[in-house]
Amino acid sequence: MTDISQNPQARQHGGVTLRVAMPWIVGAFLILVLPFVFQSNSAITIMNQMSITIIFALSYNMLLGQGGMLSFGHAVYMGMGGFLCVHVMNWDMFGSLPLPVLPIFGGIMGMVMALIIGSFSTRKAGTVFAMISLGVGELIAACSVIIVVFFGGEEGISGDRTYGMPFLGYEFLSQIEVYYLIGFWLFVSALLMFLFSRTPIGRMANAVRDNPERAEFLGYSSRWVRFNSFVAAGFFAGIAGGLFAISYEILTEENLNLVTSGSILLVTFLGGVGVFFGPIIGAIVFTLLQTVLSLETEIWSLYVGALFVATVMFFPSGLAGVLMMHAPAFKLGKWQMLIVPYIKTLVPAALCIVGIAGIVEILFHARHSAVGETEMTLFWITFDHTSIMPWIVFAVLAIVGFWITRKTAPDLVEAWHAATTPDEVSR
Amino acid sequence: MELILVNIIDGLVTGLLLFMLSAGLTLIFSMMGVLNFAHASFYMLGAYFAYEISTYLGFWMGLLVAPLLVGVVGAGVERYGLRRVHQYGHVPELIFTFGLALLIEELVKFIWGNDQVPYQIPEILEGAAFTISSYNIPAYKVFMIFLSLIIFGGLLYVLTKTRVGMIIQAALSYPRTVEALGHNVPLVFMGVFGVGTALAGVAGVIAGPVLSTFPGMAFVLGSIVFVTIVIGGLGSLGGALCAALIIGWLTTFAKAYNVRMEDILTGIGFEKPEPLWDSAWSDLWTLTSPQIADILPYLLMVLILVFRPYGLFGKRDV
Repeated sequence: MTDISQNPQARQHGGVTLRVAMPWIVGAFLILVLPFVFQSNSAITIMNQMSITIIFALSYNMLLGQGGMLSFGHAVYMGMGGFLCVHVMNWDMFGSLPLPVLPIFGGIMGMVMALIIGSFSTRKAGTVFAMISLGVGELIAACSVIIVVFFGGEEGISGDRTYGMPFLGYEFLSQIEVYYLIGFWLFVSALLMFLFSRTPIGRMANAVRDNPERAEFLGYSSRWVRFNSFVAAGFFAGIAGGLFAISYEILTEENLNLVTSGSILLVTFLGGVGVFFGPIIGAIVFTLLQTVLSLETEIWSLYVGALFVATVMFFPSGLAGVLMMHAPAFKLGKWQMLIVPYIKTLVPAALCIVGIAGIVEILFHARHSAVGETEMTLFWITFDHTSIMPWIVFAVLAIVGFWITRKTAPDLVEAWHAATTPDEVSR
Repeated sequence: MELILVNIIDGLVTGLLLFMLSAGLTLIFSMMGVLNFAHASFYMLGAYFAYEISTYLGFWMGLLVAPLLVGVVGAGVERYGLRRVHQYGHVPELIFTFGLALLIEELVKFIWGNDQVPYQIPEILEGAAFTISSYNIPAYKVFMIFLSLIIFGGLLYVLTKTRVGMIIQAALSYPRTVEALGHNVPLVFMGVFGVGTALAGVAGVIAGPVLSTFPGMAFVLGSIVFVTIVIGGLGSLGGALCAALIIGWLTTFAKAYNVRMEDILTGIGFEKPEPLWDSAWSDLWTLTSPQIADILPYLLMVLILVFRPYGLFGKRDV
């Protein structure tokens, strides 16, 4: 879990260099431009969802990646922030409050919750912390069904964002206006979280994660450091909750429970916990999987589960970690060497996955479709699952793909080593 | 009085069932230092395997074969999954088991569908074993109690009286030394993981028919099992038994006796607000003990972790 993104040069000069600012400028540009590329309403809804997940995942990574605290109850802070924001929407004074400041209420609510819970849960990291977060998460999720006044019971509570004071003439009636509001908050909170990780307290969080005992000897209270990260993470989770409230205008028990907490762990780990931008990649990939894949197949969560387990087993540094593995090759200017071996390995691997997925889909259809309904459509081809032909095709795809992948994988590893080690001659 | 006795038996059934799950979990934890999030998933697998076997060969073959199958699957997971992830550290291990729990649930949905499967208790155990005044005690509950007690006894015997048990106990505290003495510690680990998951499988086989066999059954019980071993003290078998029984009785009695918050509050001397529905505290006033029965264990766990992090009988910090 090394932090590769730190830039010693910029730190020495103490100023903001273009190299440091570049990703943020590109990010801001993307946030501004994307709605012109993907104009449909559903695409904007997906991007809203994505942005909220990014903030939530970044806030979760403040705990898991930067502070070494595995939480199973992070949805609590997002949910509580969201619930408070819906209540604010239903107040009479909401009419004199511009909508864009609403997430701050959520942030403060998340922070207050984190202050209370963090006061006893951050005493230890590791398993104790994980267990307390699980217990507290279950408690609050269960309370949300009992305490109807605040949580609205089973059906949750809902509000209307358009009752707020118009902000610069916008009333946030359409999705696109909401998109820019969320985009603004996404940029601000991502930047703030990045800057937090660069402050001394953010650096100490890394130290406490890696070796709490040493940090204590340096004179830092590891509990205090963890507490600080925890409260900050709670604040940003609350912001994400506030944005959720604005975007969906309804919050239910689902926003607080273990399933949501678990899926944010999945998102963050999939993206990579070691690098700051890891959770961003995770959130984008996961939201795309969730929305696009779920349209295509009923058993998308099976694939996501398999992907997650494979990530933990083979790439514990996540997608961002895999990307960062190639940084040396780019620095040495030898990334061209990788292209051919990658094509040779990844194309058969993709075919193998298609083959396996095909068999899984046919099996699922054969087992769970209505009696007599044997026709199914897969990869834009309609066929009958009782006939033997599709089975053979997919099995051949899977086996041949697997065989070629195994054959070419050693070459890829060799090429990768060659590309990431400096040349003897050039020295 | 009779009602108390009936509830004691009901609580005992729940408690022993919880114990069977937490025994394996706590053994695995004390050996490998990893909390197996997927433990309840093996319990679910036990129930489903037994259902599938019982449709062909009957309940008793299911009871015999399903736990073995689950144990084999568990040992395989340890050998090919956990051992690989172990090198990355404890947090990735915990995350791996979490992912495994998700994957197993999805696989179960894939194979057996989203709905409950008709897994039934055998005919011979239908009906009442005996009656306490007017309450019937089902024979199946008595069977569950006996089976759990036999397993607990067997486990205790193996761990304390046999050579294998001695090696396991030694490997718990000093794995390096045991390895230096010529024992195959990775094999011992795999064995313990297999036996632990097989125990969860047994629990699934006997709980499946009464608690219903559906894809969410692991999720329902999963976190409660953690709560049990955390309260009992991680790595302590006696603690797990104690905590399981406490939780079993606590939830059963809270559900059986309708203690109302209203009575407590007026007993202390608070005035009941009128009209109640208009008051901000109306939820507190209408609170009853069956409502909160299911969250009592979590409350207990948080309190234990805050004030006594070793749990009731644990020796080391979690």
